[in-house]
Amino acid sequence: MSATAATGGFVPGDRGRVGMACLIFTESAFFSIFLVAYLFYIGKSATGPQPAQVLDLPVLATVCLLSSSGTIAVALKSLGSGHIARFLVAWGLTIALGVAFLGFTAQEWQRLITVDGLTLRTNLFGTTFYSLVGFHAAHVLLGVLMMTSVALLALTGRVNSEHAPRVELVGWYWHFVDAVWLAVLTVVYVLGR
Amino acid sequence: MSSADLPLHASVEVPPAISWTDRLHGWVATVDHKRLGVLYVASGLVFLLVGGSQASMMRMQLFYAGNDLLSPEVFNRFFTVHGTSMVFFVGMPLVIGIANYLLPLMIGARDMAFPRLNAWGFWMFLFGALLFYFSYVGADGLYGAGTAPDVGWFAYSPLTGKAFSRGNSTDYWVLGILVAGFGSISAAINMIATTLTMRCRGMTLGRMPLFVWMMLVVSWLILVAMGPLTAAQVMLLFDRFLGAHFFDTQAGGDAVLWQHFFWFFGHPEVYILIIPGFAYASEIIPVFSRKVIFGYPVMVAATCAIGLLSLGVWAHHMFVVGLGKGVTSWFVVATMLVGVPTGIKIFNWIGTIYGGKLHFRVPMLFCTAFLFQFLIAGLTGIMLAAAPFDWQLSDSYFVVAHFHYVLIGGLVFTIFAAIYYWFPKVTGRMLSERLGRWHFWLFVVGFQLTFTTMHAQGLLGMPRRIYTYSADRNWEIWNQITTTGVLFQALGIAVFVCAIFHALRRGEPAGDDPWNAWTLEWSTSSPPPEYNFAEEPEVKSRRPLWDLKHPDDPDWRHE
Ligand SMILES: [Cu+2]
Repeated sequence: MSATAATGGFVPGDRGRVGMACLIFTESAFFSIFLVAYLFYIGKSATGPQPAQVLDLPVLATVCLLSSSGTIAVALKSLGSGHIARFLVAWGLTIALGVAFLGFTAQEWQRLITVDGLTLRTNLFGTTFYSLVGFHAAHVLLGVLMMTSVALLALTGRVNSEHAPRVELVGWYWHFVDAVWLAVLTVVYVLGR
Repeated sequence: MSSADLPLHASVEVPPAISWTDRLHGWVATVDHKRLGVLYVASGLVFLLVGGSQASMMRMQLFYAGNDLLSPEVFNRFFTVHGTSMVFFVGMPLVIGIANYLLPLMIGARDMAFPRLNAWGFWMFLFGALLFYFSYVGADGLYGAGTAPDVGWFAYSPLTGKAFSRGNSTDYWVLGILVAGFGSISAAINMIATTLTMRCRGMTLGRMPLFVWMMLVVSWLILVAMGPLTAAQVMLLFDRFLGAHFFDTQAGGDAVLWQHFFWFFGHPEVYILIIPGFAYASEIIPVFSRKVIFGYPVMVAATCAIGLLSLGVWAHHMFVVGLGKGVTSWFVVATMLVGVPTGIKIFNWIGTIYGGKLHFRVPMLFCTAFLFQFLIAGLTGIMLAAAPFDWQLSDSYFVVAHFHYVLIGGLVFTIFAAIYYWFPKVTGRMLSERLGRWHFWLFVVGFQLTFTTMHAQGLLGMPRRIYTYSADRNWEIWNQITTTGVLFQALGIAVFVCAIFHALRRGEPAGDDPWNAWTLEWSTSSPPPEYNFAEEPEVKSRRPLWDLKHPDDPDWRHE
């Protein structure tokens, strides 16, 4: 009996995938509580500013993050087939798009804090907005850091096609961060306005 | 048949003499699942003694009406620290630790999938527990003597707001649980990855011991429940430190939202703690009945059903809040539904015992008491699931009796069964049967005196968490019986501690397979070598050791 058949389709090499899938699952549960809190408190702020007055649809940020899911897919495919140079370009582009997203978030927060006077303490909107969007941004930052470490290893020639299965897990994480953004976008910028 | 004949048996090594510093370093730096399992269980037992002492002090305070042994403040801290400890620093490490030790052995694996993550998880748990207890000396920071948290183990808002909970005691409650929670999550990830990817040849999902199946469902529940608890704790920290308003009723925040978030974790947590009890019973009862488990596939299905249904019942802890007819009815029905798979399990254990050749050794004694007690726990659970009944008895001693029946009558009894059953595998020595019987009878008598009478106090209207009561309520005699029971339980625990030290020093050598059992952990030496199995086992049925012992009539012909 082959090892694959014995373990119901999984082989020992899959443990990283299972581990990452579990982490993503519990992180989703974590985010869903913040999403529920946001939905629950829509329109319940005792004082302003209200979301409709201060929030703009973050079109450019969304475009950056969503397209980075495409570039990381290209990067992983190139790594798998051993095209290290193409991998590095697509990987670097993904990092740049992630950093750009964080830049747009920083810009938005700066405007909200200095111009509109909205902080975590202002009202329920501020409380739920900064914690939800902030936790998502923190995850983007973590993803950027993970990708940067891989990039540094790759630049020093220590990443090749045999590492593709492990680097792929970073890709899973990045797609997850992207999916969370779609949920945040829907709840905060569409339903919440 | 002697176990030395088994081909899976590993050669016995004689370890070279090592200094105590090397030995300590070995334990602190270990990534071996067996050592980490022992560390988890040992720390869990130490916190059990600590949490039990707090309970004993509270029971002494309640012995007389109008007693003043403990002040109200100290009493509040004791029930908070007792509840929090027993759930997070006793129950969790014991169930995770036992699984850590046994799960890889049962599926024929060399170790857990992520050994270093495993070690990280243990130290996170221990650090969280110590952080929590540090509140006793450090909760007020530099401003004065410390105080422990006093907001109850579910820390209802707005009691936990900065205005009502000054100082830092509540912060220690949050941070201790938060940090220990990272440990639980990492353990769950590890158990799932190990079970799915590390099974030995022939160990299909349908041949896994029920223990492994049940821990898989427990791990799933940890992943679903601990994420939300972490989120709620973070919100509370934001409220307390950054001035956020999640649970700040002054700014429109909702105190009931905390209850929803907490119990969305809290109810699955009950199953995270009791399903491992089912797991131990499902391994022990067949061996001491000399029969295969009755209805293996049904047991797996029932466990999975509990793993799903238990996610939709949390608000039965909140009936008195006033949830409205629709919501209340939903949670009443869902809660009663979750009783069905649990009842199926009880029938299956009885079906296993029925017609078996019963050996009432100590593990089986504890499992038998578990069956009776857990049945009563389930029945009072169904009673409390009926909202009108709950409106009368919520927050009374009836509820306290119910969940202690679950967590002691169910979980602690099966943990004792598990320790008597697997101690020989872990140490190579048998726990004394005579001391074990003393432990069992003292504990079972003490348990019945303490917790059966608590139902009466609840029905007579005694609320939980009161530090004293007046004599004219006629509660005194019931409280005195309850407290007397604690004495018996404490004696039982004392015998248990003696039995452990006695066995470690002078215990009878156990051999590889003292119970003539069937699962893979008994095929390697006791204690198992660091590499677990000299060669990777291959299994053909759910009872690989039965197949080896009975080549003429192996199980795989019938499964
Ligand atoms: Cu419950």
